[in-house]
Amino acid sequence: MGRVTGYHLAQLNVGRPCGPVESAEMAGFMALIDPVNALADAAPGFVWRLQDGDGPGATALRPCGPDIMVNMSVWQTFQALQDFTYRSGAHLDAMRRRREWFRKMTEHHLVLWWIPAGHPPDLGEALQRLDLLRRRGPGPLAFTFREPHDPPAAPARSGEAALAP
Amino acid sequence: VVRDLSVIAVLGDPVRRRLYDYVTAQDHDVSRGEAAAATGVQRPLAAFHLDRLADAGLVEVTFRRMTGRNGPGAGRPAKLYRRTGAEHQVSVPPRDYRGAAELLAGVVDMIGGEQELQRAARSRGAAAGRSALRDAAGADQHDRLTGALSEQGYQPYPDGPDIRLRNCPFHVLADRYPPLICGMNLALLEGLLEGAAITGVTARLDPRPDGCCVAVGPSKKN
Repeated sequence: MGRVTGYHLAQLNVGRPCGPVESAEMAGFMALIDPVNALADAAPGFVWRLQDGDGPGATALRPCGPDIMVNMSVWQTFQALQDFTYRSGAHLDAMRRRREWFRKMTEHHLVLWWIPAGHPPDLGEALQRLDLLRRRGPGPLAFTFREPHDPPAAPARSGEAALAP
Repeated sequence: VVRDLSVIAVLGDPVRRRLYDYVTAQDHDVSRGEAAAATGVQRPLAAFHLDRLADAGLVEVTFRRMTGRNGPGAGRPAKLYRRTGAEHQVSVPPRDYRGAAELLAGVVDMIGGEQELQRAARSRGAAAGRSALRDAAGADQHDRLTGALSEQGYQPYPDGPDIRLRNCPFHVLADRYPPLICGMNLALLEGLLEGAAITGVTARLDPRPDGCCVAVGPSKKN
């Protein structure tokens, strides 16, 4: 999964925090945002991540309603994202503690999909992919770490929009 | 199962078992000479048994020219041995605890029971630690710690100020549910330190490409 394909891997995560970002419950999580994002930025294979101007990282964005936080990023390969997610101590440790800060979700809360390299996805597209995953389960257009899919075989054409689900 | 049984039967010989334990605990490829010296047997005997271990797939073989010698006259490359990723399990009568564990882990992950799992793991680790403390009465803290870790199958080794763990006892599950299982394992080890009354060190998540994701090192001063 490390070969050059013309595709990059996009990731969207949604979570329902246990309290407002300025609350005591969320203080531990908020303190980790900047250092863990800095680690991501320096990680091998990192391409891009969603940022807003208001809070650290993308913590001020609420595209799915006031009680849902999102994060989104792009990586050169599946392996690069998997290594950062599960093999970097600071991020794995944050994931270990996620129930201190986020309520469990009964639906999929993470979606992965392939995008033509050089074209960061917008949030609307990302939410469509999550919706597709939730409706149909993992497939080539929207998948998970546990059931990954290879990038499309044909090289991406420049400017090609991602397939509408 | 029959194949796993015949593989494990290869370890029945005590010399072979010592060589296996030595090679799989090292962080480097091991030469015949090193393995022989470490286990106190003659080199030809070590070579014979190391090759039986390799035939059974219990260790892997690589060939490498020793450093500093190249070109004609450098001699044959040395035969080196190292641990493999393969795992073997035998249970008589047949049991499938791994299948059950995978199911249970999947459900704990799905219902978001990480914190309950970590609490249970911490108390299990503490019980193991207390029993290690009883068994090793009089041993110093370092021996007590490495003894308890070895007893639990972690294969500890020193790494600078840290103790690293060569073996992940939950490898297949940790691969499939990293935050859940590595979080459980960290809680087990935190409990073990508490129960064995080990002070001044802390367990932390610090994954490497191989081995256990947890390292034990000096506590940070606040």
